[in-house]
Amino acid sequence: MEGAGAANPQSINHREPSDREIFNLALVMGDNCLILGQQISQWAGHAPILEEDIAQANIALDLIGQAQYWLGLAGEIEGLKSEAAPASNVKGRSAGPRSADDLAFLREPHEFRNFRLAEIPNGDYAHTLMRQFLFDNWHFHMLQILSQTPCMPVRDIAGKALKEVTYHLQRSSDLVIGLGDGSDESHQRMQGALDHFWPYTCELCDPRWGVDLELWGLGDSAALNLKANWDAYLARVMIKATLVIPERAPLVAGLRPGTHTEHLGYILADMQLLQRAHPGASW
Amino acid sequence: MSEPDTRLAVSEVWDILDTVADPEIPVISLVDLGVIRGVSWQGDTLVIAISPTYSGCPATAVINLDIEAALRAHGIVTVELRRQLSPSWTTDWMSEKGREQLRAYGIAPPPKRGDNCAAHTTDLLDVAAPETSCPHCNSGKTRKVSQFGSTPCKASYVCLQCREPFEAFKCI
Repeated sequence: MEGAGAANPQSINHREPSDREIFNLALVMGDNCLILGQQISQWAGHAPILEEDIAQANIALDLIGQAQYWLGLAGEIEGLKSEAAPASNVKGRSAGPRSADDLAFLREPHEFRNFRLAEIPNGDYAHTLMRQFLFDNWHFHMLQILSQTPCMPVRDIAGKALKEVTYHLQRSSDLVIGLGDGSDESHQRMQGALDHFWPYTCELCDPRWGVDLELWGLGDSAALNLKANWDAYLARVMIKATLVIPERAPLVAGLRPGTHTEHLGYILADMQLLQRAHPGASW
Repeated sequence: MSEPDTRLAVSEVWDILDTVADPEIPVISLVDLGVIRGVSWQGDTLVIAISPTYSGCPATAVINLDIEAALRAHGIVTVELRRQLSPSWTTDWMSEKGREQLRAYGIAPPPKRGDNCAAHTTDLLDVAAPETSCPHCNSGKTRKVSQFGSTPCKASYVCLQCREPFEAFKCI
Protein backbone atom coordinates (compact mmCIF):
# COMPACT_ATOMS: atom_id res chain seq x y z
CA MET A 1 0.00 0.00 0.00
CA GLU A 2 2.58 2.56 -1.13
CA GLY A 3 1.41 6.07 -0.49
CA ALA A 4 -1.65 5.06 1.54
CA GLY A 5 0.04 6.34 4.68
CA ALA A 6 0.47 9.84 3.31
CA ALA A 7 -3.28 10.39 3.00
CA ASN A 8 -3.92 9.50 6.60
CA PRO A 9 -1.52 11.01 9.13
CA GLN A 10 -2.56 8.45 11.74
CA SER A 11 -1.09 5.62 9.74
CA ILE A 12 2.26 7.20 8.96
CA ASN A 13 3.92 4.41 10.89
CA HIS A 14 1.90 1.83 9.05
CA ARG A 15 3.94 -1.13 7.97
CA GLU A 16 2.74 -4.16 6.11
CA PRO A 17 2.24 -7.40 8.01
CA SER A 18 5.27 -9.67 7.75
CA ASP A 19 5.07 -13.23 6.46
CA ARG A 20 5.21 -14.48 10.02
CA GLU A 21 2.34 -12.22 11.06
CA ILE A 22 0.18 -13.44 8.16
CA PHE A 23 1.17 -17.02 8.97
CA ASN A 24 0.17 -16.58 12.63
CA LEU A 25 -3.14 -14.93 11.76
CA ALA A 26 -3.95 -17.68 9.25
CA LEU A 27 -3.31 -20.25 12.00
CA VAL A 28 -5.57 -18.43 14.47
CA MET A 29 -8.37 -18.34 11.91
CA GLY A 30 -7.77 -21.82 10.49
CA ASP A 31 -7.22 -23.61 13.79
CA ASN A 32 -10.35 -22.13 15.36
CA CYS A 33 -12.43 -23.16 12.35
CA LEU A 34 -10.89 -26.61 12.28
CA ILE A 35 -11.26 -27.40 15.98
CA LEU A 36 -14.78 -26.04 16.36
CA GLY A 37 -15.79 -27.73 13.08
CA GLN A 38 -14.43 -31.04 14.36
CA GLN A 39 -16.30 -30.58 17.65
CA ILE A 40 -19.73 -29.77 16.25
CA SER A 41 -19.50 -32.44 13.57
CA GLN A 42 -19.90 -34.87 16.48
CA TRP A 43 -23.56 -33.83 16.64
CA ALA A 44 -24.22 -35.29 13.19
CA GLY A 45 -26.85 -37.95 13.74
CA HIS A 46 -27.28 -37.02 17.42
CA ALA A 47 -28.78 -33.52 17.55
CA PRO A 48 -32.12 -33.14 19.37
CA ILE A 49 -34.13 -32.30 16.24
CA LEU A 50 -33.56 -32.98 12.55
CA GLU A 51 -33.23 -29.31 11.57
CA GLU A 52 -30.52 -28.79 14.15
CA ASP A 53 -28.74 -31.96 13.11
CA ILE A 54 -28.58 -30.61 9.56
CA ALA A 55 -27.56 -27.16 10.75
CA GLN A 56 -24.65 -28.56 12.79
CA ALA A 57 -23.40 -30.58 9.83
CA ASN A 58 -23.69 -27.58 7.52
CA ILE A 59 -21.87 -25.23 9.88
CA ALA A 60 -19.16 -27.82 10.50
CA LEU A 61 -18.75 -28.08 6.73
CA ASP A 62 -18.44 -24.31 6.33
CA LEU A 63 -15.89 -24.12 9.14
CA ILE A 64 -13.76 -26.99 7.88
CA GLY A 65 -13.88 -25.52 4.36
CA GLN A 66 -12.70 -22.19 5.73
CA ALA A 67 -9.99 -23.97 7.74
CA GLN A 68 -8.75 -25.43 4.46
CA TYR A 69 -8.40 -21.94 2.96
CA TRP A 70 -6.67 -20.45 6.00
CA LEU A 71 -4.30 -23.35 6.57
CA GLY A 72 -3.62 -23.47 2.83
CA LEU A 73 -2.61 -19.81 3.03
CA ALA A 74 -0.42 -20.49 6.09
CA GLY A 75 1.38 -23.24 4.18
CA GLU A 76 1.86 -21.05 1.11
CA ILE A 77 3.27 -18.17 3.14
CA GLU A 78 5.57 -20.53 4.98
CA GLY A 79 6.74 -21.93 1.66
CA LEU A 80 7.69 -18.49 0.35
CA LYS A 81 10.23 -17.84 3.05
CA SER A 82 11.61 -20.12 5.68
CA GLU A 83 11.46 -17.09 7.99
CA ALA A 84 7.75 -17.69 8.63
CA ALA A 85 8.00 -20.86 10.64
CA PRO A 86 10.58 -23.44 11.52
CA ALA A 87 10.81 -26.46 9.25
CA SER A 88 9.11 -29.49 10.64
CA ASN A 89 10.82 -32.85 10.93
CA VAL A 90 7.61 -34.75 11.33
CA LYS A 91 7.76 -38.32 10.13
CA GLY A 92 5.70 -39.10 7.07
CA ARG A 93 5.61 -35.61 5.71
CA SER A 94 6.97 -35.06 2.25
CA ALA A 95 9.55 -32.35 1.66
CA GLY A 96 8.46 -28.89 0.55
CA PRO A 97 5.92 -26.41 1.88
CA ARG A 98 3.35 -27.77 4.29
CA SER A 99 -0.16 -28.30 2.89
CA ALA A 100 -3.38 -27.51 4.77
CA ASP A 101 -3.57 -31.24 5.57
CA ASP A 102 -0.01 -31.30 6.92
CA LEU A 103 -0.85 -28.41 9.21
CA ALA A 104 -4.12 -29.98 10.37
CA PHE A 105 -2.92 -33.51 10.89
CA LEU A 106 0.76 -33.31 11.76
CA ARG A 107 1.05 -30.59 14.38
CA GLU A 108 1.26 -31.03 18.13
CA PRO A 109 -1.23 -29.38 20.53
CA HIS A 110 1.13 -26.54 21.50
CA GLU A 111 1.45 -25.54 17.83
CA PHE A 112 -2.29 -24.89 17.53
CA ARG A 113 -3.43 -21.30 17.95
CA ASN A 114 -7.14 -21.82 18.49
CA PHE A 115 -8.98 -20.41 21.50
CA ARG A 116 -9.57 -22.65 24.46
CA LEU A 117 -13.26 -21.80 24.01
CA ALA A 118 -13.32 -23.89 20.81
CA GLU A 119 -11.92 -27.01 22.46
CA ILE A 120 -14.21 -27.20 25.51
CA PRO A 121 -16.38 -30.32 25.04
CA ASN A 122 -19.82 -30.01 23.47
CA GLY A 123 -21.63 -30.70 26.75
CA ASP A 124 -25.40 -30.54 26.44
CA TYR A 125 -27.15 -28.63 23.68
CA ALA A 126 -27.30 -25.41 25.71
CA HIS A 127 -23.52 -25.55 26.05
CA THR A 128 -22.97 -26.26 22.36
CA LEU A 129 -25.23 -23.35 21.35
CA MET A 130 -23.77 -20.87 23.80
CA ARG A 131 -20.20 -21.73 22.79
CA GLN A 132 -21.23 -21.35 19.15
CA PHE A 133 -22.83 -17.97 19.80
CA LEU A 134 -19.81 -16.60 21.68
CA PHE A 135 -17.54 -17.87 18.91
CA ASP A 136 -19.76 -16.67 16.04
CA ASN A 137 -19.92 -13.21 17.60
CA TRP A 138 -16.11 -13.07 17.54
CA HIS A 139 -15.82 -14.74 14.11
CA PHE A 140 -18.28 -12.38 12.43
CA HIS A 141 -16.70 -9.19 13.76
CA MET A 142 -13.17 -10.45 13.14
CA LEU A 143 -14.01 -11.29 9.52
CA GLN A 144 -15.65 -7.90 9.09
CA ILE A 145 -12.28 -6.38 9.93
CA LEU A 146 -10.17 -8.78 7.89
CA SER A 147 -12.39 -8.42 4.83
CA GLN A 148 -11.25 -4.78 4.65
CA THR A 149 -7.51 -5.18 5.04
CA PRO A 150 -5.39 -4.28 2.03
CA CYS A 151 -3.53 -7.58 2.60
CA MET A 152 -5.10 -9.39 -0.35
CA PRO A 153 -4.82 -13.09 0.46
CA VAL A 154 -6.30 -12.44 3.92
CA ARG A 155 -9.02 -10.15 2.57
CA ASP A 156 -10.11 -12.66 -0.10
CA ILE A 157 -10.65 -15.52 2.33
CA ALA A 158 -12.26 -13.28 4.95
CA GLY A 159 -14.70 -11.79 2.41
CA LYS A 160 -15.82 -15.25 1.34
CA ALA A 161 -16.10 -16.60 4.89
CA LEU A 162 -17.98 -13.55 6.17
CA LYS A 163 -21.06 -14.37 4.09
CA GLU A 164 -21.24 -17.86 5.55
CA VAL A 165 -20.57 -16.73 9.09
CA THR A 166 -23.36 -14.14 8.86
CA TYR A 167 -25.77 -17.07 8.63
CA HIS A 168 -24.02 -18.82 11.52
CA LEU A 169 -24.33 -15.82 13.81
CA GLN A 170 -27.93 -15.27 12.83
CA ARG A 171 -28.84 -18.81 13.73
CA SER A 172 -26.96 -18.91 17.03
CA SER A 173 -28.37 -15.49 18.05
CA ASP A 174 -31.92 -16.67 17.29
CA LEU A 175 -31.46 -19.82 19.33
CA VAL A 176 -29.81 -18.10 22.30
CA ILE A 177 -32.65 -15.56 22.38
CA GLY A 178 -35.34 -18.21 21.92
CA LEU A 179 -34.01 -20.51 24.61
CA GLY A 180 -32.84 -17.79 27.00
CA ASP A 181 -36.25 -16.15 26.85
CA GLY A 182 -37.96 -19.54 26.79
CA SER A 183 -39.08 -21.89 29.55
CA ASP A 184 -37.65 -21.77 33.08
CA GLU A 185 -35.63 -24.87 32.29
CA SER A 186 -34.16 -23.58 29.02
CA HIS A 187 -33.44 -20.18 30.58
CA GLN A 188 -31.59 -21.74 33.47
CA ARG A 189 -29.55 -23.99 31.20
CA MET A 190 -28.56 -21.14 28.88
CA GLN A 191 -27.54 -18.98 31.83
CA GLY A 192 -25.50 -21.90 33.19
CA ALA A 193 -23.79 -22.32 29.83
CA LEU A 194 -22.98 -18.60 29.63
CA ASP A 195 -21.48 -18.68 33.14
CA HIS A 196 -19.51 -21.80 32.22
CA PHE A 197 -17.91 -20.36 29.08
CA TRP A 198 -17.51 -16.79 30.28
CA PRO A 199 -13.93 -17.16 31.62
CA TYR A 200 -12.75 -18.48 28.25
CA THR A 201 -13.97 -15.42 26.35
CA CYS A 202 -10.93 -13.47 27.54
CA GLU A 203 -8.94 -14.74 24.58
CA LEU A 204 -11.37 -13.72 21.87
CA CYS A 205 -10.53 -10.05 21.50
CA ASP A 206 -6.97 -10.15 22.75
CA PRO A 207 -4.43 -8.68 20.29
CA ARG A 208 -2.16 -11.68 20.84
CA TRP A 209 -4.64 -13.70 18.78
CA GLY A 210 -4.21 -11.35 15.97
CA VAL A 211 -5.94 -8.15 15.20
CA ASP A 212 -3.97 -4.97 15.38
CA LEU A 213 -5.89 -2.60 13.12
CA GLU A 214 -2.88 -0.51 12.29
CA LEU A 215 -0.83 -3.52 11.34
CA TRP A 216 -3.57 -4.70 8.99
CA GLY A 217 -3.74 -1.32 7.29
CA LEU A 218 -6.99 -0.14 8.83
CA GLY A 219 -5.78 2.87 10.80
CA ASP A 220 -7.56 3.23 14.12
CA SER A 221 -11.12 3.02 12.84
CA ALA A 222 -13.48 3.03 15.83
CA ALA A 223 -16.09 1.21 13.73
CA LEU A 224 -13.73 -1.75 13.48
CA ASN A 225 -12.90 -2.09 17.17
CA LEU A 226 -13.24 -5.83 17.72
CA LYS A 227 -13.76 -5.73 21.47
CA ALA A 228 -16.31 -2.89 21.31
CA ASN A 229 -18.28 -4.63 18.55
CA TRP A 230 -18.16 -7.97 20.34
CA ASP A 231 -19.36 -6.40 23.60
CA ALA A 232 -22.11 -4.35 21.96
CA TYR A 233 -23.58 -7.27 20.05
CA LEU A 234 -23.32 -9.57 23.07
CA ALA A 235 -25.20 -7.05 25.21
CA ARG A 236 -28.01 -6.69 22.67
CA VAL A 237 -28.52 -10.44 22.35
CA MET A 238 -28.34 -11.08 26.09
CA ILE A 239 -30.96 -8.42 26.83
CA LYS A 240 -33.32 -10.04 24.34
CA ALA A 241 -32.45 -13.44 25.75
CA THR A 242 -33.06 -12.20 29.36
CA LEU A 243 -29.65 -13.62 30.28
CA VAL A 244 -27.23 -11.91 32.64
CA ILE A 245 -23.66 -11.28 31.52
CA PRO A 246 -21.41 -12.31 34.43
CA GLU A 247 -19.83 -9.36 36.22
CA ARG A 248 -16.51 -10.96 36.97
CA ALA A 249 -13.73 -10.30 34.51
CA PRO A 250 -13.36 -13.11 32.01
CA LEU A 251 -9.88 -14.19 32.94
CA VAL A 252 -8.14 -17.51 32.94
CA ALA A 253 -4.47 -18.19 33.53
CA GLY A 254 -1.89 -18.52 30.77
CA LEU A 255 -3.19 -15.94 28.37
CA ARG A 256 -1.12 -16.60 25.28
CA PRO A 257 -1.64 -18.44 21.99
CA GLY A 258 -0.56 -22.06 22.15
CA THR A 259 -1.83 -22.57 25.70
CA HIS A 260 -4.59 -25.14 25.76
CA THR A 261 -6.84 -27.16 28.00
CA GLU A 262 -6.38 -30.90 28.36
CA HIS A 263 -9.21 -31.36 25.86
CA LEU A 264 -7.22 -30.42 22.76
CA GLY A 265 -4.99 -33.50 23.03
CA TYR A 266 -8.03 -35.77 22.92
CA ILE A 267 -9.53 -33.92 19.98
CA LEU A 268 -6.28 -34.20 18.02
CA ALA A 269 -5.78 -37.84 18.98
CA ASP A 270 -9.11 -38.56 17.37
CA MET A 271 -8.73 -36.23 14.38
CA GLN A 272 -5.11 -37.08 13.57
CA LEU A 273 -5.22 -40.82 14.20
CA LEU A 274 -5.34 -41.90 10.57
CA GLN A 275 -2.48 -39.68 9.37
CA ARG A 276 -0.35 -40.62 12.35
CA ALA A 277 -0.98 -44.34 11.94
CA HIS A 278 -0.68 -44.35 8.14
CA PRO A 279 1.56 -41.41 7.18
CA GLY A 280 0.70 -39.96 3.78
CA ALA A 281 -2.51 -41.97 3.40
CA SER A 282 -4.92 -40.36 0.94
CA TRP A 283 -7.94 -41.21 -1.14
CA MET B 1 6.16 -21.79 -39.37
CA SER B 2 3.20 -21.77 -37.04
CA GLU B 3 0.75 -24.60 -36.72
CA PRO B 4 -2.84 -23.84 -37.64
CA ASP B 5 -4.82 -22.92 -34.53
CA THR B 6 -6.65 -26.07 -33.54
CA ARG B 7 -7.87 -24.69 -30.26
CA LEU B 8 -11.61 -24.53 -29.71
CA ALA B 9 -13.02 -21.01 -29.63
CA VAL B 10 -13.68 -19.67 -26.16
CA SER B 11 -17.41 -19.39 -26.97
CA GLU B 12 -17.45 -23.10 -27.84
CA VAL B 13 -15.84 -23.87 -24.50
CA TRP B 14 -18.62 -21.92 -22.74
CA ASP B 15 -21.15 -24.03 -24.68
CA ILE B 16 -19.46 -27.21 -23.45
CA LEU B 17 -19.44 -25.93 -19.87
CA ASP B 18 -23.12 -25.11 -20.19
CA THR B 19 -23.76 -28.84 -20.60
CA VAL B 20 -22.05 -29.70 -17.31
CA ALA B 21 -24.67 -29.98 -14.58
CA ASP B 22 -24.27 -29.03 -10.95
CA PRO B 23 -23.63 -32.38 -9.23
CA GLU B 24 -26.09 -31.72 -6.40
CA ILE B 25 -28.81 -29.92 -8.36
CA PRO B 26 -28.58 -31.60 -11.77
CA VAL B 27 -31.20 -29.38 -13.44
CA ILE B 28 -28.91 -26.36 -13.50
CA SER B 29 -25.65 -26.02 -15.42
CA LEU B 30 -22.44 -24.68 -13.96
CA VAL B 31 -22.69 -21.68 -16.26
CA ASP B 32 -26.23 -20.88 -15.07
CA LEU B 33 -25.13 -21.36 -11.48
CA GLY B 34 -22.63 -18.57 -12.07
CA VAL B 35 -19.52 -20.35 -10.82
CA ILE B 36 -17.57 -20.15 -14.10
CA ARG B 37 -15.86 -16.76 -13.92
CA GLY B 38 -13.58 -16.84 -16.91
CA VAL B 39 -12.36 -18.94 -19.83
CA SER B 40 -9.18 -18.16 -21.73
CA TRP B 41 -6.37 -19.82 -23.61
CA GLN B 42 -2.85 -19.28 -22.35
CA GLY B 43 -0.74 -20.88 -25.03
CA ASP B 44 -2.01 -24.44 -25.32
CA THR B 45 -3.48 -24.41 -21.84
CA LEU B 46 -7.14 -23.72 -21.31
CA VAL B 47 -7.53 -21.69 -18.11
CA ILE B 48 -10.88 -21.72 -16.37
CA ALA B 49 -11.59 -19.57 -13.32
CA ILE B 50 -14.09 -21.09 -10.91
CA SER B 51 -15.69 -19.47 -7.88
CA PRO B 52 -16.57 -21.96 -5.16
CA THR B 53 -20.12 -21.60 -3.83
CA TYR B 54 -19.61 -22.42 -0.12
CA SER B 55 -16.17 -22.95 1.40
CA GLY B 56 -16.83 -26.52 2.48
CA CYS B 57 -19.18 -27.58 -0.26
CA PRO B 58 -18.18 -31.14 -1.23
CA ALA B 59 -19.58 -30.51 -4.73
CA THR B 60 -16.55 -28.32 -5.48
CA ALA B 61 -14.23 -31.28 -6.07
CA VAL B 62 -16.86 -33.07 -8.17
CA ILE B 63 -17.43 -29.92 -10.22
CA ASN B 64 -13.71 -29.80 -11.08
CA LEU B 65 -13.70 -33.46 -12.12
CA ASP B 66 -16.84 -33.04 -14.24
CA ILE B 67 -15.38 -30.02 -16.03
CA GLU B 68 -12.19 -31.87 -16.87
CA ALA B 69 -14.11 -34.90 -18.09
CA ALA B 70 -16.41 -32.80 -20.31
CA LEU B 71 -13.48 -30.96 -21.86
CA ARG B 72 -11.51 -34.14 -22.38
CA ALA B 73 -14.48 -35.59 -24.26
CA HIS B 74 -14.01 -32.67 -26.67
CA GLY B 75 -10.30 -33.28 -27.04
CA ILE B 76 -9.07 -30.62 -24.61
CA VAL B 77 -6.55 -32.22 -22.28
CA THR B 78 -4.41 -29.37 -20.99
CA VAL B 79 -6.69 -27.58 -18.59
CA GLU B 80 -5.88 -25.44 -15.60
CA LEU B 81 -8.69 -24.85 -13.12
CA ARG B 82 -8.10 -21.73 -11.05
CA ARG B 83 -9.94 -21.14 -7.82
CA GLN B 84 -11.17 -17.57 -7.69
CA LEU B 85 -12.15 -16.47 -4.18
CA SER B 86 -12.54 -12.80 -4.86
CA PRO B 87 -15.01 -11.36 -5.65
CA SER B 88 -16.75 -14.16 -3.79
CA TRP B 89 -19.55 -16.05 -5.46
CA THR B 90 -22.99 -14.55 -5.07
CA THR B 91 -26.38 -15.98 -5.95
CA ASP B 92 -26.91 -12.79 -7.98
CA TRP B 93 -24.66 -14.40 -10.61
CA MET B 94 -27.24 -17.11 -11.22
CA SER B 95 -28.87 -16.69 -14.63
CA GLU B 96 -32.60 -16.10 -15.13
CA LYS B 97 -32.72 -19.41 -16.98
CA GLY B 98 -31.10 -21.10 -14.01
CA ARG B 99 -33.54 -19.51 -11.57
CA GLU B 100 -36.51 -20.78 -13.58
CA GLN B 101 -34.98 -24.25 -13.81
CA LEU B 102 -34.63 -24.33 -10.03
CA ARG B 103 -38.25 -23.32 -9.53
CA ALA B 104 -39.46 -25.96 -11.97
CA TYR B 105 -37.40 -28.54 -10.08
CA GLY B 106 -39.09 -27.59 -6.78
CA ILE B 107 -36.44 -25.32 -5.28
CA ALA B 108 -37.31 -21.68 -4.67
CA PRO B 109 -34.67 -19.51 -6.37
CA PRO B 110 -32.62 -17.13 -4.17
CA PRO B 111 -33.83 -13.62 -3.41
CA LYS B 112 -31.70 -10.91 -5.01
CA ARG B 113 -29.26 -9.05 -2.84
CA GLY B 114 -30.93 -6.05 -1.32
CA ASP B 115 -34.28 -7.84 -1.04
CA ASN B 116 -33.82 -8.22 2.67
CA CYS B 117 -31.06 -10.71 2.10
CA ALA B 118 -29.73 -12.15 5.32
CA ALA B 119 -26.14 -12.35 4.13
CA HIS B 120 -26.01 -8.63 3.37
CA THR B 121 -27.96 -7.13 6.19
CA THR B 122 -26.71 -4.29 8.32
CA ASP B 123 -28.46 -5.47 11.47
CA LEU B 124 -28.46 -9.17 12.19
CA LEU B 125 -31.12 -8.89 14.86
CA ASP B 126 -33.57 -7.22 12.54
CA VAL B 127 -33.90 -9.47 9.53
CA ALA B 128 -37.30 -10.45 8.25
CA ALA B 129 -37.18 -13.68 6.28
CA PRO B 130 -37.17 -12.72 2.60
CA GLU B 131 -40.44 -13.34 0.80
CA THR B 132 -40.18 -16.74 -0.74
CA SER B 133 -42.99 -18.13 -2.81
CA CYS B 134 -43.77 -21.82 -2.93
CA PRO B 135 -42.29 -23.46 -6.03
CA HIS B 136 -45.21 -25.93 -6.08
CA CYS B 137 -48.32 -23.73 -5.79
CA ASN B 138 -46.79 -20.26 -6.10
CA SER B 139 -48.35 -19.07 -2.86
CA GLY B 140 -46.46 -16.33 -1.02
CA LYS B 141 -47.62 -17.72 2.32
CA THR B 142 -44.58 -19.68 3.38
CA ARG B 143 -42.60 -20.14 6.57
CA LYS B 144 -38.90 -20.70 7.07
CA VAL B 145 -38.35 -23.86 9.09
CA SER B 146 -34.57 -23.74 9.28
CA GLN B 147 -31.73 -21.61 8.00
CA PHE B 148 -29.99 -24.79 6.85
CA GLY B 149 -31.17 -27.41 4.40
CA SER B 150 -29.86 -30.54 2.72
CA THR B 151 -26.92 -28.61 1.22
CA PRO B 152 -25.13 -25.53 2.56
CA CYS B 153 -26.72 -23.34 -0.13
CA LYS B 154 -30.33 -24.01 0.80
CA ALA B 155 -32.78 -23.31 3.65
CA SER B 156 -35.82 -25.38 4.59
CA TYR B 157 -39.30 -23.92 4.15
CA VAL B 158 -42.88 -25.06 4.33
CA CYS B 159 -45.79 -23.70 2.29
CA LEU B 160 -48.74 -22.63 4.45
CA GLN B 161 -51.10 -22.87 1.49
CA CYS B 162 -50.44 -26.30 -0.05
CA ARG B 163 -48.62 -27.59 3.06
CA GLU B 164 -45.72 -28.96 1.04
CA PRO B 165 -42.23 -28.66 2.44
CA PHE B 166 -39.65 -27.24 0.05
CA GLU B 167 -36.12 -25.94 -0.10
CA ALA B 168 -35.12 -22.41 -0.97
CA PHE B 169 -31.76 -21.28 -2.29
CA LYS B 170 -30.22 -18.84 0.17
CA CYS B 171 -29.06 -15.43 -0.95
CA ILE B 172 -25.34 -15.14 -0.45
